[in-house]
Amino acid sequence: MKKLMIAAALAGLATTAVAQQRQKVDPAVLDKYFQSMFGKANDDWKARVTQDQTLKDCDAHGNAPPPKLFDEIVAREKATVKFPADGNVLGDWKKGLQVANRGTGGQFSDAPGTYQGGNCYACHEMAPTELSYGTLGPSLKGYGKARNFSKDEAKATFAKVYNAQSVMACSQMPRFGHTKFLTEEQIKDVVAFLFDPESPVNK
Amino acid sequence: MKRPRIRLAAALALLTCGVFAWSGAGLAQQTTQDAEKEIEKYRAMINDPMANPGYLFVDRGEALWSLKRGAKNVSLETCDLGEGPGKLEGAFAKLPRYFKDSDRVMDLEQRLLWCMQKIQELDTADVVRRRFGGPNNTSDMQDLVAFIANKSNGMKYQPQTAHPKEAEMLAAGQALFYRRAGQMDFSCATCHAEDGKRIRLQGLPNFSAPGKDAKETMGGWPTYRVSQSQVRTMQHRLWDCYRQMRHPIPEYGSDGITALTVFMAKMAEGGEIQVPSIKR
Repeated sequence: MKKLMIAAALAGLATTAVAQQRQKVDPAVLDKYFQSMFGKANDDWKARVTQDQTLKDCDAHGNAPPPKLFDEIVAREKATVKFPADGNVLGDWKKGLQVANRGTGGQFSDAPGTYQGGNCYACHEMAPTELSYGTLGPSLKGYGKARNFSKDEAKATFAKVYNAQSVMACSQMPRFGHTKFLTEEQIKDVVAFLFDPESPVNK
Repeated sequence: MKRPRIRLAAALALLTCGVFAWSGAGLAQQTTQDAEKEIEKYRAMINDPMANPGYLFVDRGEALWSLKRGAKNVSLETCDLGEGPGKLEGAFAKLPRYFKDSDRVMDLEQRLLWCMQKIQELDTADVVRRRFGGPNNTSDMQDLVAFIANKSNGMKYQPQTAHPKEAEMLAAGQALFYRRAGQMDFSCATCHAEDGKRIRLQGLPNFSAPGKDAKETMGGWPTYRVSQSQVRTMQHRLWDCYRQMRHPIPEYGSDGITALTVFMAKMAEGGEIQVPSIKR
């Protein structure tokens, strides 16, 4: 069932991706253009925009890798997920609401130490009371309730937020834990926001 | 030139109200669409040269075009923007394009810098420092781009891709559009490759394919941004996109930005130019 759903999602991606013919570009030529923009950045910034093997694979296949590569990427990304030492993936849903709402941090205009938010609402519907939400990702309304507030589902969700590609290769969602954009505590708070019966997501 | 200030102020106040209503919290999608229609009305109201604040930039640009400066103490009036020395009508509609004298594909801003250096022998460090205007400084580039792009009003985008270097730019621009990187793994395509998507309540134009979104967006750039009180160029727009994509600061006037602009102009082929437009 899960595999079927993934295949369907991939088919959907593929149809939108072919809208404009993708031209092949010599990687050296592309790098020349990339360096023209970012060649003067410092080492920290350069490291952030250097693609790892997974992003290289995703780019090469228009984010729709063939099944074998899909499995390879998922296995590779799964290995990066670090669960909390005590096994508890549920934090404070009220703090999770802040993480979901705030989109600051990580931009070149940000002062050092700027709060880094998850900005979940930029792409997802969550609490039905919040009407200012984006539509790039699926709706997460009633997320925990729909999963019977299951502990296993909460753990799977922690992994998904930590590294979306550990579940779905080439997912458009950031790998929040893997790239260290969010802390373990922030991810736990987001999972609580999705899974706490008292959270507005489940009201 | 005298301007009807009261009319301008009233129109701006109305537009500002519209923008607030649009971006304010607690709005269902229907309300968003209604608000969008209202903003469209205000836009139409102030879409004439006597009421659009973007034309203050056009006027300053016109003065800068004929201002004598640099070591040579000459104006930019002999600068060739692709249609012949000093010919401004329709030049913007065909940019970026290949220039034989520099053996490079250049967008309008790169070309203006080139002309300042070669024709005027002007030290462009200060011009580049003021590339984006703010509360305390005007920008020669914003002014000149507003003036020159305005001379293509009513014309259609005719992207130039026949020269091998133009073709390379187009292909590279498309590849850059899809290149994922940064702490968020974002590319331009993350937000701009599908129709009808939103970030929060903000609509996201689709630039991945030729069509209405690309035509309307590119046809309306440079634009007067009400929230910033500045006419902004495509160099600024893409700088801001890379900021939001958690990438490093892109180099001003770099070939990467021009390649992306070539790609977007190609997607906007046939789109009518009406600038400076007004956006939130």
